[in-house]
Amino acid sequence: MMRKLLLLIPALLATVLVGVVQIGLAQNTDITSWISGQGGKPALAVTEFRGSGTQPFMGAFNSTLFSDLQSSSVFEMKSRSLFPLANPQRPEDLRQEDNKQGYALQDWSGAPVGASHVVFGYSAAVNGVLVLYGYVYDARQTDIQAAQLLYGRYTGTLDDAGAIKTAHEFANDIIQKFGGTGSLLGSRIYFVSNRSGNQEIWTMDWDGNNQKQLTNLKSISITPGISPDGSRLAFTTYARVSPRIMVLNTETGRPQPFYNQEASLNTTPNFSPDGKLLYYASTASGSSQIVVAGADGQGFRRVSHRNAVEVEPKVNPKNPGILLFVSGPGAQQIYRMNSDGAAVERVTNGEGEASNPAWHPDGQHIAFSWTRGYAAGDWNVFVMDVGTKQYVQLTHSEGKNENPTWAPDGRHLVFASNRSGRTQLYTMLADGTQVKQLTQQGTNKYPVWGSK
Amino acid sequence: MTTKVSSNAFSPVRSTRSATSKWVGISLTMLLLVAASGCKKKVPVPPPPPPVAPAAVVTPPAPARANVAEFVAEPATIERGQSANLRWAVTGSNDVVIDNGIGTVPANGSRTVRPAESTTYTLTANGLGGTVTKTARIVVTAPPPPPPPPAPAVDRRGTVESRIQSDLKDTLYDYDSNNIRDDARAALTANADALKRIFADFPSATIAVEGHCDERGSAEYNLGLGDRRSNSARDFLIQLGIPAEKLKPISYGKERPQCTEASEGCYQSNRRAHFASGQ
Repeated sequence: MMRKLLLLIPALLATVLVGVVQIGLAQNTDITSWISGQGGKPALAVTEFRGSGTQPFMGAFNSTLFSDLQSSSVFEMKSRSLFPLANPQRPEDLRQEDNKQGYALQDWSGAPVGASHVVFGYSAAVNGVLVLYGYVYDARQTDIQAAQLLYGRYTGTLDDAGAIKTAHEFANDIIQKFGGTGSLLGSRIYFVSNRSGNQEIWTMDWDGNNQKQLTNLKSISITPGISPDGSRLAFTTYARVSPRIMVLNTETGRPQPFYNQEASLNTTPNFSPDGKLLYYASTASGSSQIVVAGADGQGFRRVSHRNAVEVEPKVNPKNPGILLFVSGPGAQQIYRMNSDGAAVERVTNGEGEASNPAWHPDGQHIAFSWTRGYAAGDWNVFVMDVGTKQYVQLTHSEGKNENPTWAPDGRHLVFASNRSGRTQLYTMLADGTQVKQLTQQGTNKYPVWGSK
Repeated sequence: MTTKVSSNAFSPVRSTRSATSKWVGISLTMLLLVAASGCKKKVPVPPPPPPVAPAAVVTPPAPARANVAEFVAEPATIERGQSANLRWAVTGSNDVVIDNGIGTVPANGSRTVRPAESTTYTLTANGLGGTVTKTARIVVTAPPPPPPPPAPAVDRRGTVESRIQSDLKDTLYDYDSNNIRDDARAALTANADALKRIFADFPSATIAVEGHCDERGSAEYNLGLGDRRSNSARDFLIQLGIPAEKLKPISYGKERPQCTEASEGCYQSNRRAHFASGQ
């Protein structure tokens, strides 16, 4: 069954490819290798970097570089146990032939390593600064001069933190070079935690570090939505008794003006790709309907005119004229419509209950929660191509798995799961592997991944 | 009280003697003057002067003995807080004093007093005949105990919160539905009567009609569904005559469950419209 689902991936891929070409991102074809499976991935041999005057910090550097490259899911990471005993540190070390000592490119491309690319370099203390020299060579090239794919020079402080910074930056450049749509570096996850005693908005680094409380409303605050530039966060709060929308500056934590429509419920805000509009669900017309207003709440307009509960409008990041939303009648499903309310069409097939659609940055795929195949309330994370309606299940009934949203790199997902008891936040790759728990304290829900 | 016997300079005996010698002196002087004038001219001897008019001896009025004709309190018995009238009439004295803070008063008069407790007033009149006193007593009785204060509101009507909790029943719903079931219809009808009584006792009260959901639907969808439940219960009550502005709809979705077990019993008790005090 698993195998069958995974076989769907190449089909998805073909659609993505067509979609990507159509919207003019043809160069970025490596996104296809993400879905097409291990075979198409660059195979990296990442050597151990050493340091001159900086050796104490190179352990942190090497583990960070490896883990960043591995978790990007862009690469197949080759095992170090098969590496030659020596490796180049500088381009000058490379030779055409060396009897398999490790200084020739074919030592890395041939058996037993089998890498397509080799990553090497070194660091040195220069005037009290850690300087990192990093190289990526195509190991399959016979011409050493033509084999260099990437050279970068990075600086940091003379300590572990400085070494880790250069590792992140070097890894980021490598990922970009191989067609990654972005890096996790600097991105932040915003979420709701009750660890302070109330449901407040919190933020943390993409890897779970630096968890900080953003609001202190001492109420119920839920359903955050992040602006595409990461500068503003809109969410629902009961701080003024009835549920209303509040918009925060993410840097200062201060509220920004937002005019709430007179209604018993204003909720599930979602920014348009240019950050100028806020779509949300409001009962201003009687029942919960999709509406839109300026980012300050002015210029309110009702979008849909259906007689069913409607929530969670999600604007397509590539085509702001298309919205997804969650609605009935009957069991909740994901629907699409144009931003003028026309051309309403159900996206999910009506099985079970579906919710939490989250656009992939490509504007073609979504991650979402679905109870398909399980009892009501047993949510799992799925990925679907909205064009073909083909889908893949990423979690498999380990508790309830909800609110998946994509990282800016389009390869990672963050989601909420109660698989370990209380609901906590986890990240995983788009193929459902490398699941990592990010939160431990209290209950943590409603994650969104911001570019900063 | 003892009557003082005066021993001053106006004792009657001495006063009389002194007046007599004075009049003798005047008569002699007049005789001498008559004799002297007779020596100057040879004129017919004038008739003898008329006899000296007997000196009119002004006798001071006999000092009357001070007398308190009356000193009464009317009424003699009052309730605390009421007033009484003291009335007095004194003769033979220009020096009348009443104690208990009243002080010097005219010989005849009256005064309204409002003693807090039973009091004996003493009137003292000083006269030539001595000092006399008389007392008047006003008996102050405690007023009847005040009527018991009206029982505080909590005892009779309860607080709005306690009344809402005891008188208003949850309205229950089917899964993913805001239809009013038959059992909900009965509960809401009873709630409408209870609400009318509550609003009669607490005219300014407002009621929050909370919509809640079980934990199975998505949190976001349940916010919309909870709002529909709140409004379906509210609309039903409005049809039964409850003023719309008294009922405020609010959806909590599945954010405030009253139980968290994964059982139909718990799910059902969370699928409800609940009534709470509005703000």
